[in-house]
Amino acid sequence: MSTTETTRGLALPAEAAPHRQGPRPDWVAHAVLLLGVLLFFLPIWIVLMGSTHDAATIGRGEVPLLPGGHALENYRAALEQGGAGVPVGRMLFNSTVMALAIAVGKIAISIISAYAVVFFRFPFRQLAFWSIFITLMLPVEVRIFPTFKVVSDLGLVNTYAGLIIPIIASATATLLFRQFFLTIPDEFVEAAKMDGAGPVRFFLDVVLPLSRTNMAALFVILFVYGWNQYLWPLLVATSADVETIVIGMVKMIGSEANTDWNIVMATCVLALLPPVAVVVLMQRWFVKGLTETEK
Amino acid sequence: MATLDLSGVQKAFGATRVLHGVDLAVADGEMIVIVGASGCGKSTLLRIVAGLETPTAGSVRIGGRDVTALEPADRDIAMVFQNYALYPHMSVAQNMGYGLKIRGLPRPEIDRRVRDAAALLGIEALLDRRPRQLSGGQRQRVAMGRAIVREPKLFLFDEPLSNLDAKLRVQMRAEIRRLQKRLGVTSLFVTHDQIEAMTLGDRLVVMHQGHAAQVATPMEIFERPADTYVAGFIGSPAMNFLEGVLAGGGRAVALRAGPTIPFADGPRPGPDGLPLTIGLRPEHLRLEAGGLPLAIDLAEPLGSETVLHGRLPDGEALVIRLAGPAPRDGTLPVTLPAEHLHVFVAEGGRRLDPAPA
Repeated sequence: MSTTETTRGLALPAEAAPHRQGPRPDWVAHAVLLLGVLLFFLPIWIVLMGSTHDAATIGRGEVPLLPGGHALENYRAALEQGGAGVPVGRMLFNSTVMALAIAVGKIAISIISAYAVVFFRFPFRQLAFWSIFITLMLPVEVRIFPTFKVVSDLGLVNTYAGLIIPIIASATATLLFRQFFLTIPDEFVEAAKMDGAGPVRFFLDVVLPLSRTNMAALFVILFVYGWNQYLWPLLVATSADVETIVIGMVKMIGSEANTDWNIVMATCVLALLPPVAVVVLMQRWFVKGLTETEK
Repeated sequence: MATLDLSGVQKAFGATRVLHGVDLAVADGEMIVIVGASGCGKSTLLRIVAGLETPTAGSVRIGGRDVTALEPADRDIAMVFQNYALYPHMSVAQNMGYGLKIRGLPRPEIDRRVRDAAALLGIEALLDRRPRQLSGGQRQRVAMGRAIVREPKLFLFDEPLSNLDAKLRVQMRAEIRRLQKRLGVTSLFVTHDQIEAMTLGDRLVVMHQGHAAQVATPMEIFERPADTYVAGFIGSPAMNFLEGVLAGGGRAVALRAGPTIPFADGPRPGPDGLPLTIGLRPEHLRLEAGGLPLAIDLAEPLGSETVLHGRLPDGEALVIRLAGPAPRDGTLPVTLPAEHLHVFVAEGGRRLDPAPA
């Protein structure tokens, strides 16, 4: 019970704490990180630099690592004439429409399906959930030809609707929302019942606001997913009106000799911007949502 | 303000019967506490009154109106939940006013009611805060406020104090009681805590295995428990039970521990030799020369009192509560006062009162 004993007992852990870092120097960590950054960043850097040189430089097989002097004209050329006759601006617009519609549509549909599955008791509820869940395991490619047949019979080839609707449902997003809804305490549902809030009010006033963080995160993932769609647009969007940037870029790459690599690279950089912008902008939201966790 | 009448309320989840027909009549402005161990059906009963569960049989009437088939929102009641159920994304004022907003009350009327309730609870300064910025006691008050603004016929409390620390619980308990008296709203309060039950209720409903074992005022339950379950549940430390048989033509009990004690309040009906359970509260036992020898095996000094645990010569456990300090160990003489005996029939545990003269 003496005071010396108590202080010694307290001093021990305090003494031990600073030793935790050990003798490992910081530069090892930095070297590893640097390596990682190089690995990811180098290809993008090459594209960025390539887009500022003239066609001849790249044609000679050089891989320039420093900026050249043709940036403005390359980007102007990309935006105005583009590749394969479709201006990049048009393709960027098409891609944006598709990615936005897919992201928003997937979130809207999944959140409503998950709400039905979690908060309502109806016959075949489990069957409905498992049917949604099982489609998770089917890759898009498996159903791509029957889907094309349906879309083509409906006359939706070369329309935005044909581009978007077949990939607008998301089993993954439904599952994620379901898991989140299961963590919403039953008491909220009961309190809402006492308050007289029906299913629609409860969804709008309670479930939706609580899902903001999840929606922001999903939006980022799904926008990038939509933007990067390749196989489906390749099949269904053959006219210039609805051509997306990803397809456009592939079409610009003809034979080795005929390709304006500087223009392709400028287009590449332009194609990168919207997804990067979405990630950067939404990340601020996302972090805000995380720090304001309200549960 | 309204009365509440339950008649023959039963509830079964599949094959499991949770409530076996509960009858209860609550007077206008009365505070009824439903108390029982976990799994006794007390929460189910409250949820049936709230309309969150549908009874398998029986009816619920509020203010004379049969509400058994009505939705919770149409019953004109308000409920305080165990975890408060405050919507995390709404401010305190929005939380309190949400029910009124849905009911379509005009904005100024909602504001007025919310402000009045906040003033009553002393939370005016918190109205713009979010629930996560509040302490446990403050959340509790907001949950109360949400119930009060509704100006309901009936308050329902589902163990609202169980998430608070001991000190705050005592404080909020008194506050709830004061508030309920002041507002005069008929209330149903569910708890597993017998102290809460005793201090809050005008009357208690002691639930046991889906039955209302006893419905009475706190003091009546304490002084005349209806069966051994109620006797053992209410009171701390719990009542002692000793085995015995009816003797002397119903005038006394012959305890297995040795002595035969005459009943102070009159003879019991029944044949001699009828097995009885005798209840004795720890605070009624005294240490006196010439009593039964009690071998002490544990002493709990609590400052103002001491609780002694021991065994009688026949092996039965006995707990005594004594004022002030007491000997810590050894064998002490204990007398069992005849005027404080509670007599129960051993089989079934029902209370056995003197036959009417």
